[in-house]
Amino acid sequence: MAAGTFRKANILPGFGPALGYTVFYLSLIVLIPLSAVFLKSVSSTWAHFVETVTAPKVLAAYRLSFGASFVAGLVSSVVGFLIAWVLVRYEFPGKALADALVDLPFALPTAVAGIALTSLYTENGWLGRYLIPMGIKVAFTPLGVVIALTFIGLPFVVRSVQPVLADADRELEEAATSLGATRVQVFTKVIAPMVGPSLLTGFAMAFARALGEYGSVIFISGNLPMKTEIAPLLIVTKLEQYDYAGATAIAVVMLVTSFVLLLGINMFQRRTRRYMEADEA
Amino acid sequence: MSIRKDPVWVQWSLTALAMLALGGFIVLPLVAVFVQAFEKGWAAYVTAVADPNTLSAIRLSLLAVGIAVPLNLVFGVAAAWVITKFQFRGRDLLVSLIDIPFGVSPVISGLIFILLFGANGWFGQWLADHDVRIVFAVPGIVLATVFVTFPFVARELIPLMESQGTEEEEAALVLGASAWQMFFRVTLPNIKWGLFYGVVLCTARALGEFGAVSVVSGHIRGETNTLPLHVEILYNEYNYSGAFAVASILSAIAVITLVLKKWISHEH
Repeated sequence: MAAGTFRKANILPGFGPALGYTVFYLSLIVLIPLSAVFLKSVSSTWAHFVETVTAPKVLAAYRLSFGASFVAGLVSSVVGFLIAWVLVRYEFPGKALADALVDLPFALPTAVAGIALTSLYTENGWLGRYLIPMGIKVAFTPLGVVIALTFIGLPFVVRSVQPVLADADRELEEAATSLGATRVQVFTKVIAPMVGPSLLTGFAMAFARALGEYGSVIFISGNLPMKTEIAPLLIVTKLEQYDYAGATAIAVVMLVTSFVLLLGINMFQRRTRRYMEADEA
Repeated sequence: MSIRKDPVWVQWSLTALAMLALGGFIVLPLVAVFVQAFEKGWAAYVTAVADPNTLSAIRLSLLAVGIAVPLNLVFGVAAAWVITKFQFRGRDLLVSLIDIPFGVSPVISGLIFILLFGANGWFGQWLADHDVRIVFAVPGIVLATVFVTFPFVARELIPLMESQGTEEEEAALVLGASAWQMFFRVTLPNIKWGLFYGVVLCTARALGEFGAVSVVSGHIRGETNTLPLHVEILYNEYNYSGAFAVASILSAIAVITLVLKKWISHEH
């Protein structure tokens, strides 16, 4: 692209109208409404903002939201890697069905997932009736929040790792093996470095999604104050009390966190892509 | 030299472990929905689904889909056209901005529209003076749905059109096609499956959205209740079989979405 020109010459039509409409619609639906949140938070005083987001109840909710999202992201990474591995490397009956089912959490409405998961883990539930006598309580505890967020996070990890694993050059493994590497060495020295970036991306996407998740969590968490209230729930509670400034303050902290996360993912992906392309060239 | 395969017992145990996890985390909740929906028999199921409040929830959900999907479809095509067929400054920024609704918590997506149109919001006073209701009414639900489903079609089209390049369109133009002829005869046939799947995803999400719609709806039964909100109300009233009956409709749609995805990727 020549310096100073806005766009590269091209004979295709529609650049102006399509760009104009894209920017107009984007501004109308997303950018202008979203700026309302930030302007609203500026309109309240700094002291009030700090007071809101450092209230014990809010801090407890942030702790739960970040903690449970992190743990769920880790569980999703381990389980998701295993599922991706099996789907790519092995042949077994029902594989196509299993592969399709991985996407279910993307497609199932969160409220439906929420009531279904809760019903599994309560006293009379299919799993709860065995777990509760063993002393493992899931419904209405932080563990339940982790389970719900793992349900939400799993497909992000599987779908991020799977294509990389499928594209991985098996000849490298062959070479390592013929040079005398053990199975464990092949895994840690050859496979892990190839898949690592995609696993990290999957983890970050699962974590970011889990932070804001609402529908699948509020049923299984039971919403006990200071114990199992997640941050998005506090926003809803504040709104129900017409405390718009309070709701906005909690929201801004979450928005900034998730934007920083997503920006990080984006930059990381771009860097790995460039690295891979340079590698191929 | 052949690739060293994992021993059969390793393959078997890893596969068993993975399928156990998939079954426990993902499949079991789905099965639980259908089993509990039919726990009290067909008659109870039909009663729950044919309840006037359920029917009005279905109507409202379909209305939200009917507005959100066409709007985001037109936007998705326009955005993908600009982003994939032209090189211009700010292109990467535009792609990132389109993704924003994916990164915003559903609850915050609803909060946005309360701040704009709620009683104490920016336009609240003006709307009250003119007797227009947006929040806690149908327009708010539609707006929130449009917001959360905003990126779906664009996201599906961008990688697809990126990979197709511009040569076919250029050829059409050189051979004398008009801009619309080029679009309808060359571009559209090339992207139709991606477009279709984008619409499927957009529809599924619009029907299933809970957090954002919950915040703006005000939960007025028979008026501002979408299907997922109706599930919540029934569940909180301890009408579990009713809640799962309505949930089974949404779950069936989710399963259809997965089948369509498999079918499209298989065919094309």
